[in-house]
Amino acid sequence: MAHSNINLTLKIWRQAAGSSTGNFEEFKVSVSPHASILEMLDELNNSLEKEGKIPVAFESDCREGICGTCGLVVNGHPHGPQPKTATCQLHMRVFNDGDTIYIEPFKAKAFKVIKDLIVDRSGFDKIQQAGGYVSFNTGSAPDANAIPISKDIASLALDAAECIGCGACVAACKNSSAMLFVGAKVSQFALLPQGQPERYERVSNMVAAMDEAGFGSCTNTYACEAECPKGISVSNIARMNRDFLKASIKM
Amino acid sequence: MIKLDSKIPEGHISEKWTNHKFNMKLVNPANKRKFDVIIVGTGLAGASAAATLGELGYKVKAFTYHDSSRRAHSIAAQGGINAAKSYQNDGDSIYRLFYDTVKGGDFRSREANVHRLAEVSNNIIDQCVAQGVPFAREYGGTLANRSFGGAQVSRTFYARGETGQQLLLGAYSSLNRQIHDGNVEMHHRKEMLDVVIVDGQAKGIVVRDLVTGEIESHAAQAVLLATGGYSNVFFLSTSAMNCNVTAAWRAHRKGAAFANPCYTQIHPTALPLHGEGQSKLVLMSESLRNDGRIWVSKKVGDGREPGDIPEGERDYYLERRYPSFGNLAPRDISSRSAKYVCDEGRGIGGGRAVYLDFADAINRIGEHAVREKYGNLFEMYENITGENPYKVPMKIYPAPHYTMGGLWVDYNLMSSIEGLFVLGEANFSDHGANRLGASALMQGLADGYFVIPYTLGNYFGGVKPEKVSTDRAEFKQVEEEVKSGIDRLLSVNGKQTVDDIHRKLGELLIADVGMSREKEKLEKVIKDIKSLRDEFWNDVKVVGKGEELNQTLERAGRVADFLELGELMAVDSLDRNESCGAHFREEYQTEDGEAVRNDEEYAYVAAWEYEEAGKWKLHKEDLNFEYVKLATRSYK
Repeated sequence: MAHSNINLTLKIWRQAAGSSTGNFEEFKVSVSPHASILEMLDELNNSLEKEGKIPVAFESDCREGICGTCGLVVNGHPHGPQPKTATCQLHMRVFNDGDTIYIEPFKAKAFKVIKDLIVDRSGFDKIQQAGGYVSFNTGSAPDANAIPISKDIASLALDAAECIGCGACVAACKNSSAMLFVGAKVSQFALLPQGQPERYERVSNMVAAMDEAGFGSCTNTYACEAECPKGISVSNIARMNRDFLKASIKM
Repeated sequence: MIKLDSKIPEGHISEKWTNHKFNMKLVNPANKRKFDVIIVGTGLAGASAAATLGELGYKVKAFTYHDSSRRAHSIAAQGGINAAKSYQNDGDSIYRLFYDTVKGGDFRSREANVHRLAEVSNNIIDQCVAQGVPFAREYGGTLANRSFGGAQVSRTFYARGETGQQLLLGAYSSLNRQIHDGNVEMHHRKEMLDVVIVDGQAKGIVVRDLVTGEIESHAAQAVLLATGGYSNVFFLSTSAMNCNVTAAWRAHRKGAAFANPCYTQIHPTALPLHGEGQSKLVLMSESLRNDGRIWVSKKVGDGREPGDIPEGERDYYLERRYPSFGNLAPRDISSRSAKYVCDEGRGIGGGRAVYLDFADAINRIGEHAVREKYGNLFEMYENITGENPYKVPMKIYPAPHYTMGGLWVDYNLMSSIEGLFVLGEANFSDHGANRLGASALMQGLADGYFVIPYTLGNYFGGVKPEKVSTDRAEFKQVEEEVKSGIDRLLSVNGKQTVDDIHRKLGELLIADVGMSREKEKLEKVIKDIKSLRDEFWNDVKVVGKGEELNQTLERAGRVADFLELGELMAVDSLDRNESCGAHFREEYQTEDGEAVRNDEEYAYVAAWEYEEAGKWKLHKEDLNFEYVKLATRSYK
């Protein structure tokens, strides 16, 4: 494909370890508009390594927008300026020659920086461990078609289940709230018949784990939905709140 | 000296697994908690095994190099999972799924394993639905299906283009419950760097903490590897950036035979290369071939836009050559066909890409219906390429995607090291020389949910392996080996980066050990890889220290192993003087370019024993086909 490179100034957050202080380091790069932002960082790191310098630490894995590993704040937006796009799918064609790009980690009280652009999101796993499942041992399932589920309900449950657990919702929220993340998992099971037996216990336990992990509360600004790479709807938060309220009355 | 015994149970193919389950030793519920097991890798196979073994009461320690088990590359599988439910009433059965898989694998898999896979396929769908996996549904509320390559029935269950994600999150949720209940101890951000063997049995692993760089030992009475495939040996592949062969390779060096390394699948529908700085290829699900038509121009070097090429000047080459399967021809055949038309100069604009066109489907069922089926794939395509596939055809090209080869295992999934089991893509057993679409998810979950829980119990109940402590000399010795290996990488201090050398390895392999192979080129590439390995150990530059988060060091260790594996892939290709499945030797083809197998001499599993770097001993496991008659695979 024919194309000419664009020249950019990068200001990248560098922090040797969680305990040290960080600062922005400036780099000048020339990059193909067809490259993704992570491919640009790969190239930058390769040239840093050649010079014997320590490369920029950042995480990524599938590079197809589904594993949720990557997550950078690009020019103030988690996953960058393009809506419904994970960092790995953000291509340089959205930038112009001569632009300055700020690249930072997902910052939140519950996400501690480990190094440079890598943060600790283990709080998310702790929330899932508190109740993000249907308690069902392998081997005891009835035939899969024994429980019919309407197409619309299955589709709504999948809309919620598409969450990739990247943490952009937390990084976008001024309160560092994880309500969209938790609401998505609570909703998936609240919508489906399989999730009913543990429905209220689940929401109580997951919300308690969320609070314990240090995530903030929701004040309905919906920045989470706007920045979510999968477009998870805030209606999942409303559903979780309704279930949480019912759970507190029942218990 | 390795001795291969496949331990295939006696009896008719349809009774082997049932008989075996009855004959296996059991561990009574109260005794299960006395057995501990290490699981490395928590993708579909590892997470489902960890969850199920935890439910049974075993003490499980699970390890992943990711920050969360939900990141494993199983999550990226798009299209679906096969099962022999026959919900479509279209003639499917366990026997047909078994038959299709053996045929699809070009008669190079083990019949007994494949039949067991087909048998448990239905349990997997039941299990996943019970967990709350939101599969696609029909209006009446029943499960929906679609078709995949190499099958003439609709047996693939799916959740939009995110089936792997939903299945992995299902296994992850079951794993989370076991972590919550204290049955599984989960270790994140730790990479296995070696296996520890005590008195001939696998008794633990040595890992590196990827945050602190600390080297740790962990002991157990059995070790399970569920560490995925090795497509990243090609540098550019559809595998996730971190996928690697290291855990399997280190076990191979300790005595686990590596089987059929030359069987590597090049998937037909990935996005073409866009430039030099590219570090990964992106897959578009094979399910797109249900409705997309693949074509190129009949003219060489045709520079016209697709819309300007009239119907009569287009070559729908798969439909032309394989009329009964058409665009749903198996992956190996579809990929090779794309390579050939591009070799002829008939790729898009004379380059290396072909069209995948939805215009007919949009005319037939409407844009809305196409969006319903493939919406998120189309979005992803547009995100990456900046082109709208509802308006212009997609451009695709084959890419390394899956590896059928892997560590040799017997019917019980045990490797040639006693007590070391291998699950999922990391083993070799079920897909022969070519894997059919939607079968990887099936195999990963079959191994984890429904096979290992039985066969591991048999090992514990029968052999009764002793508990050992990590204080033993064997652990200390392996720790020292691992540390000196890291020091060696850090001390080279040459001029080339790890990626520079990895990229060179990938270029060698894709050219000569990719979609087409031939004797002279293989002989040459073996020498080239050996000298590239020397280049690595003399000229690589690994910056930073061992006692810190160091991603360059992580990659360096993995590339060092790829440099040995790459050679073995070429050695194995050279040994196999036939064409079968994904292994296509130019010397062995019919006049019209179809693969010619040699069942007389090559109906065996090639299991390689490691002697030293660049030196292996070949062991052969003969394959017997009692139920699916050996025949030329035809999709015409």
